[in-house]
Amino acid sequence: MDENGHTSRDEATFTVKAGLAEMLKGGVIMDVVTPEQAKIAEDAGAAAVMALERVPADIRRDGGVARMSDPEMIQGIQEAVTIPVMAKARIGHFVEAQVLEALEVDYIDESEVLTPADEANHIDKWAFNVPVVCGATNLGEALRRIGEGAAMIRSKGEAGTGDIVNAVTHLRKIRSEIRRLATLDDAELATAAKNLQSPLHLVRQIAQDGRLPVVLFCAGGIATPADAALVMQLGAEGVFVGSGIFKSEDPERRARAIVEATTHYQDPARIAAASGGLGQPMVSLESSKLEAEQLLAPRGW
Amino acid sequence: MPRTPGHAANGAEPDAGKLVGILALQGDFEAHAKMVRALGAQPREVRTPNDLEDLDALIIPGGESTVMTLGIEREGLAEPLRDLVSQGTPVLGTCAGMIMLDREHLGLLDVTTRRNAFGRQVRSFEADLDVDGIPGGPMHAVFIRAPWVAERGPAVQVLASVEEHPVAIRQGNMIAVSFHPELSGDDRLHEMLLAMNGTG
Repeated sequence: MDENGHTSRDEATFTVKAGLAEMLKGGVIMDVVTPEQAKIAEDAGAAAVMALERVPADIRRDGGVARMSDPEMIQGIQEAVTIPVMAKARIGHFVEAQVLEALEVDYIDESEVLTPADEANHIDKWAFNVPVVCGATNLGEALRRIGEGAAMIRSKGEAGTGDIVNAVTHLRKIRSEIRRLATLDDAELATAAKNLQSPLHLVRQIAQDGRLPVVLFCAGGIATPADAALVMQLGAEGVFVGSGIFKSEDPERRARAIVEATTHYQDPARIAAASGGLGQPMVSLESSKLEAEQLLAPRGW
Repeated sequence: MPRTPGHAANGAEPDAGKLVGILALQGDFEAHAKMVRALGAQPREVRTPNDLEDLDALIIPGGESTVMTLGIEREGLAEPLRDLVSQGTPVLGTCAGMIMLDREHLGLLDVTTRRNAFGRQVRSFEADLDVDGIPGGPMHAVFIRAPWVAERGPAVQVLASVEEHPVAIRQGNMIAVSFHPELSGDDRLHEMLLAMNGTG
């Protein structure tokens, strides 16, 4: 602060990037494809919306190259709601990320749900003022993304299936690898960093704190209030619901129910009350029956 | 921010046995709980009216104010929260917590707030800020899609401003700030809260 009481501001620090994810904790981030859906999501208690042209279930069905959404559609959603608006860029497509930053989206998701644009490199996320969230299937992947500047991590699951099994696998994997690090001495941590292909300073920090240095959400396959509570009990700090809401029979009611179950995730009576009379969930696919080339989670490395 | 640990804001030592409720419908309630615990008090997550029993102080954390508004309505928390604060229980609201206390929400603070007043996330910032009543130098303040106070009644005391917009205020037993002391590790506002004596 100077003599006149004016405050000097530091914008786009890692603290404010990771800090927005802190504000989303305990919340539900919902995929929306129109301003009308965004408004429904906000009114049902979404902590943020993910603006995209097609939800993962439709991307899966339609095939072809999935890209960043039309900026006009994203702007329409930004005008419709006051909660944070996120949008997806392809893995490694830093120009899509630049466009999303120019639109002033609140968070960029470098997402395996879209078709990857680079077979070797993820986006250098330190180069951006807008924070970036990335997916991970294990701790090493999460730490490589954080090393590249990701300010939030979501476990990947298998988007667009309505099958929770991969989300559970990835979340358990990340959490158990974190717990394991806490049992290692300094020499073993150096080896662990090598095996995890992760920066040693992050490995040391996690061994000490017992948690990731950024917020960890869960994504990919959440279709019911019980699914949301399951991943919260497994250690997720919030949930992304993609196709699970607007591909279900009664999106508004299901959205409210998933929000309620995410808040009361430790209270089975409340989860039960929230789960009743919601109508049909999304049409689901058993992920173990999908062909290898239909899987989205292996995209990224 | 160099400062002496354990230095209470008003010179008194915080009461170690205090039970501090933290509204846990959504948001960064765990960061507040960690800070409360580090100061020797006991945090309790508040999700239903029953969780408000026997509280010595209350914190409304940062998060999304629309989500908290819906949660307060769903849980029937509005009247019990108003009763608790009206009885004199000290309360600290940060960011969305300030919004929840304003005229248009719980109606406890005689202010109107402007949401996302500084702009979208790219305008979020950190700054050092002198706060009236907080000794030991400026607070390090983290503003995330932060609100400011747009209008205020005569009972509201402004403790700090950014570009003439109030971002820290006090009205009786209520302290509200636009920023996030729970994220910068600066526990002096929490100490101030713990040192306040409820009149109820």
